Amino acid sequence: MILFPLTVRGAQTTRRGKVLVGPVDLDLAGVGATVVMGPNGSGKTTLLRLLHGAARLTHGRIDWACTQAEACSAQAFVFQRPVMLRRSVLENLTYPLRLRGTSRSVAQFMAEDWAARVGLDAMLDRPATVLSGGEQQKLALARAMIIEPQLLFLDEPTAALDGRATREVEAVLRAALASGTRLILSTHDLGQARRLADEVLFLLHGQVLEHSAARKFFEAPATLQARAFLRGDIVE
Amino acid sequence: MGDLWAGLSEAFRLLVTLDSDLVEITLRSLQVTLTALAIGSAIALPLAAFLAVRRFRWRRSVIAVLNALMGLPPVVVGLAVYVLLSRSGPFGVLGLLFTPSAMIIAQVIIIVPLIASVAHQSLRDLWSEYHDLLISMNVTQSQKIRTLLWDARRALLTASLAGFGRAIGEVGAIMIVGGNIEHATRVLTTAIALETGRGDFALALGLGFVLIGLAITVNLCIHWLGRTEQEGRW
Amino acid sequence: MKRILLSSALMVWASVASAQDVMRMAVTTSFHNSGLAEILLPAAAEDLGLEVQLIVVGTGQALKLGEAGDVDAILVHSRKAEEAFVEGGFGPHRREIMYNDFVVIGPAADAAQVGAAKTAAEALQAIATAEATFVSRGDDSGTHKKELSLWRATTLEPEQFGTWYNATGSGMGAALNTAAGMDAYILSDRASWLNFGNKGTLALLFAGDPVLFNQYAYLPVSVEKHAHVKGELAAKLEEWLTSPRAAELINGYTINGETLFTFNATN
Repeated sequence: MILFPLTVRGAQTTRRGKVLVGPVDLDLAGVGATVVMGPNGSGKTTLLRLLHGAARLTHGRIDWACTQAEACSAQAFVFQRPVMLRRSVLENLTYPLRLRGTSRSVAQFMAEDWAARVGLDAMLDRPATVLSGGEQQKLALARAMIIEPQLLFLDEPTAALDGRATREVEAVLRAALASGTRLILSTHDLGQARRLADEVLFLLHGQVLEHSAARKFFEAPATLQARAFLRGDIVE
Repeated sequence: MGDLWAGLSEAFRLLVTLDSDLVEITLRSLQVTLTALAIGSAIALPLAAFLAVRRFRWRRSVIAVLNALMGLPPVVVGLAVYVLLSRSGPFGVLGLLFTPSAMIIAQVIIIVPLIASVAHQSLRDLWSEYHDLLISMNVTQSQKIRTLLWDARRALLTASLAGFGRAIGEVGAIMIVGGNIEHATRVLTTAIALETGRGDFALALGLGFVLIGLAITVNLCIHWLGRTEQEGRW
Repeated sequence: MKRILLSSALMVWASVASAQDVMRMAVTTSFHNSGLAEILLPAAAEDLGLEVQLIVVGTGQALKLGEAGDVDAILVHSRKAEEAFVEGGFGPHRREIMYNDFVVIGPAADAAQVGAAKTAAEALQAIATAEATFVSRGDDSGTHKKELSLWRATTLEPEQFGTWYNATGSGMGAALNTAAGMDAYILSDRASWLNFGNKGTLALLFAGDPVLFNQYAYLPVSVEKHAHVKGELAAKLEEWLTSPRAAELINGYTINGETLFTFNATN
């Protein structure tokens, strides 16, 4: 099943009459990491949720190369504040697999494998809710990756993490990219954007101001606002 | 005070001698109430989860009605169940009146709103925590309900125990639909009402203390079961 | 350990008693409080192989249960209501079994001088004149109806009584408890009074007037109205209740050496 290209035409989401994001026109191809940047309140989270299908599309179209149902099952989402099921680390990891009907023993095997990849293999039997912030985010990432999604959304995945945890998360993301997983992530962290991005979406007031290759965006941004943002100025 | 002491010593005597009538009505109390609790929970908990995850037009009204029904007077329930189960009523052919089954039906009606309301509170909180994740994972309605019920199981235990407390101490409804028949439908609470009526306060209080002890024991047992289960997991 | 708990729970569930021939009879609180049932029912079970399940309620509710067909027979003591029951076709006939009597109970000090009365009406008149605290069943039971008929004989109107008259709307035991608590006068059947455990300062003050006799009658429920009613068992029990064996048990039943009931069934 092929997910990309993704075609977005005039997509908009509103709440109580106020436009949160849009209208957005966008064409995304099927490889690499797209980093969504922009100041606070520019609509990064909402755009990610809109593309993922978790925010209501009030106007326009979002079309995948496959059906909507197929697209949904090929995606996963990592939230800024990880949502932990009130279960053990192991059961958090097996949960999405069991939902898809994977057998208990296979799910257990894969969960142990993924726990090792994010360095949680010593904590399999602990309640997920007592883990530290960094451990929780790694668990959330492993839980998203365990279903081997073609596309992974990450909403500021390292915003609350220290340097070491950030490094570990980025290592997992790089490995995912290397194995062909498409990433769309939002971040505040200019350094992280430089390290991971293949292309950049610059968002302001719910509008896509720039959509360009990463190198071009960082070296010669096309808009005044992007230039100001990269300089570190406050952008309104 | 004298009556209280007499009641305590009567309770002690009944327990030590394992009075056969006491054992019989105590077991019947447990049988009726635990069965009602199992049926009531099987109805109320999924209902509470459904109300937490499903948005539909009359949702708020249903929740408000459930909350109001928590205070349902047992006597009214008893009378309604009596009218339904009476030989002249719509379900008369079943011949359930004055049997333990009738008492179970009445207790189920009394505890379902209570269990559902208490359970709904905690399930609603858990749902607001899980909402984004489960929506993102594209989880079906029944999977949502199962996930919530499993992960909130400790809070749901509390809800069920509230139902148990209300059912085991209930007398108005089961007196009407059970008839307090000796060796058939007499339970602790109806026996207490009977002995009070006879002016035998010591025996009535003694039975009352046994009832309190029973309620505490069942609560401790269920909590203990819940805890060993938790230690086994984590 | 879990298995033990589970299996004991299952045993609890399975402990449902099942018996031979079973019939249900609604009786009044006062009859049940007398303790006679505990003599008669085991004997009946022995002689007939018949388990009689008692539903203990007020006369009004007992008649209702019979009308609805929820019991197979009733044993009550309110002649007018019984006759209406038979006239309504809810039972084929009424059969008089036995009688006991009503007594006037009150504080042993007897401020209203009830003990000096010659008739029941005089006794009540004395209470009303003294406006001494009085507890009434007020629940439409046989005892309550008897009390009202006695007031009618005094030509007084209970509805116009002052705060000394307390209609409790409760059973005999509960009403006696109330009277004991308020140190009040009350009309009770003798059996309930003798078996009552919480007498406090109360004492029996007046008895013996023939108008206080309390006739118990047995009414089988109509098989024509309710096909499921166990008419044969009800007939068997009626025959037994009117037999010399029952007469012996009823006349021989005493509390503290006092006879409570007089058998008066005719064949």
